[in-house]
Amino acid sequence: MSRHFRVWRGDSSGGEIRDYDVDVNDGEVVLDIIHRIQATQAPDLACRWNCKAGKCGSCSMEINGKPRLGCMTRMSTFEESETVTITPLRAFPVIRDLVTDVSFNYTKARETPAFSPPEGLAPGEYRMQQIDVERSQEFRKCIECFLCQNTCHVVRDHEENKEAFSGPRSFIRAAELDMHPLDARSDRKEYAQAHQGLGYCNITKCCSEVCPEHIKITDNAIIPLKERVVDRRYDPLVWLGRKIFRRDQLAEAPQVGAGPDAHLDVGEMLSTQSGGPSPFGDDQTFPLTEITYQHPAPGSPSRDS
Amino acid sequence: MTTTVSRPGAKRAAIAARTLRTDRWWLAPLITFAGLSAWVLYATVRVFMHKWYYVPDFHYLTPFYSPCLTDRCVEGSAEFGTPLPSFWLIPEAAFTLPFLLLFRLTCYYYRKAYYRAFWLSPPACAVPDAHAKYTGETRFPLVFQNLHRYAFYAATIISVINTWDAIRSFGTGFGLGNVILTANVVMLWAYTLSCHSCRHIAGGRLKHFSKHPVRYRFWTFVSKLNARHMLLAWVTLGTLALTDFYVMALAAGWWPDLRFIS
Repeated sequence: MSRHFRVWRGDSSGGEIRDYDVDVNDGEVVLDIIHRIQATQAPDLACRWNCKAGKCGSCSMEINGKPRLGCMTRMSTFEESETVTITPLRAFPVIRDLVTDVSFNYTKARETPAFSPPEGLAPGEYRMQQIDVERSQEFRKCIECFLCQNTCHVVRDHEENKEAFSGPRSFIRAAELDMHPLDARSDRKEYAQAHQGLGYCNITKCCSEVCPEHIKITDNAIIPLKERVVDRRYDPLVWLGRKIFRRDQLAEAPQVGAGPDAHLDVGEMLSTQSGGPSPFGDDQTFPLTEITYQHPAPGSPSRDS
Repeated sequence: MTTTVSRPGAKRAAIAARTLRTDRWWLAPLITFAGLSAWVLYATVRVFMHKWYYVPDFHYLTPFYSPCLTDRCVEGSAEFGTPLPSFWLIPEAAFTLPFLLLFRLTCYYYRKAYYRAFWLSPPACAVPDAHAKYTGETRFPLVFQNLHRYAFYAATIISVINTWDAIRSFGTGFGLGNVILTANVVMLWAYTLSCHSCRHIAGGRLKHFSKHPVRYRFWTFVSKLNARHMLLAWVTLGTLALTDFYVMALAAGWWPDLRFIS
């Protein structure tokens, strides 16, 4: 059955919304329709996509004005007579058609101080309890689709705030590391307030509303981070206590890998192996020569029985 | 050091429509605006009415007048003395109402509600906000939103006073007024404890839950309540208004209290 679609076509020099009538089959998602338009009507329609399973975060777009993943928006959620309008993310510069330049987010990611293990602890020696890391694990679900960054009105409606404001994606990273049981940096709260623009957030929760991974960005990351900043900056009792007990001189954490511009190098480029340090320790080679487990002999009773 | 591709001068997509949302995005802020406005109007009228706030027969005191501290407090309603003069601009509960107002004004849920519904910043997600400039909560006066924690401490103390009011009303038997007063206090406690600042103080500020098992359990409990903070915020507005209205109706003699045990 043919349905009506409107897709923004153009580049940074200008563009317009064009109309397409496309067949829609049962079970299809908006990304399928984009592909059908490419295959049948507009082979030059540009769209970024990869996994088509809501895990790569590539096909972020705005569908009927709402920031969504194209691959996770089912056509069955629209009325059959409804016109579906598809536009690129508004907060970022457009490259062509539905493809935008999201490098703002990578710049902000590089400005976030990286994980900083305690001194004298090598990779492979990290020991943490599940109960201590489970809060941070929620934030690791992030697929970096940048829908939160796009919908946040602080930068969406005010381009001039981009320099001062890092956005929800950076805040969950900051919260993740500040809650990390083995992170030794003690200045993350001050950093979030002074350099990431945490105060710009007025907790209107649009980031949480659009997150395809359903991360409770505001309740579990931004508000706890704001409260932690209050601990340090706005709580006169804490301030007085720290003055009296001389705890105001916070130990300076080492700036791991930070360059002269305070930006951090990307780990993969410096490491001898790709993907950062190995959780087994960098001195291990594979396959492991020392096997730390034994295969049960055939026919032996299982431990669970 | 790697760099990301930057395209100086690149512009956003030229889309004329301010928003392309087709759903009724304006409905939620409209309901919020109407609900909060109606409540504030009712509460203001009641606070400056200076009458019909106490039912001496059953010791019912409305939460809008608790604790009653001015010279015009009717007999039996003032539990903590009457240090304040009877000037019409001074509410009976002049020492508590400002803190309760501050608690709700700086509440992380109400902030979302009024920034969206009243200040239109933004009215809804992906709908442009109505201001040319935006600095969020980085400057005066909004930087004072960070005082929420102190308002929370005050609200806890005030909840204790409200609890005392509810307990005291059981001294003369048991009626529908007791049920309403008690339900209101239970919901007030639920709202107060579900506060984001409470969640932070309870255990959210810790780095190692494993070293603080009791605080971790408290944090888990508060976290469960906290997920319903918005619901509790609205429920308590309802129970506060209902409690006040019921006490007003009894005090004005519009109808008698339904007594189960006299």
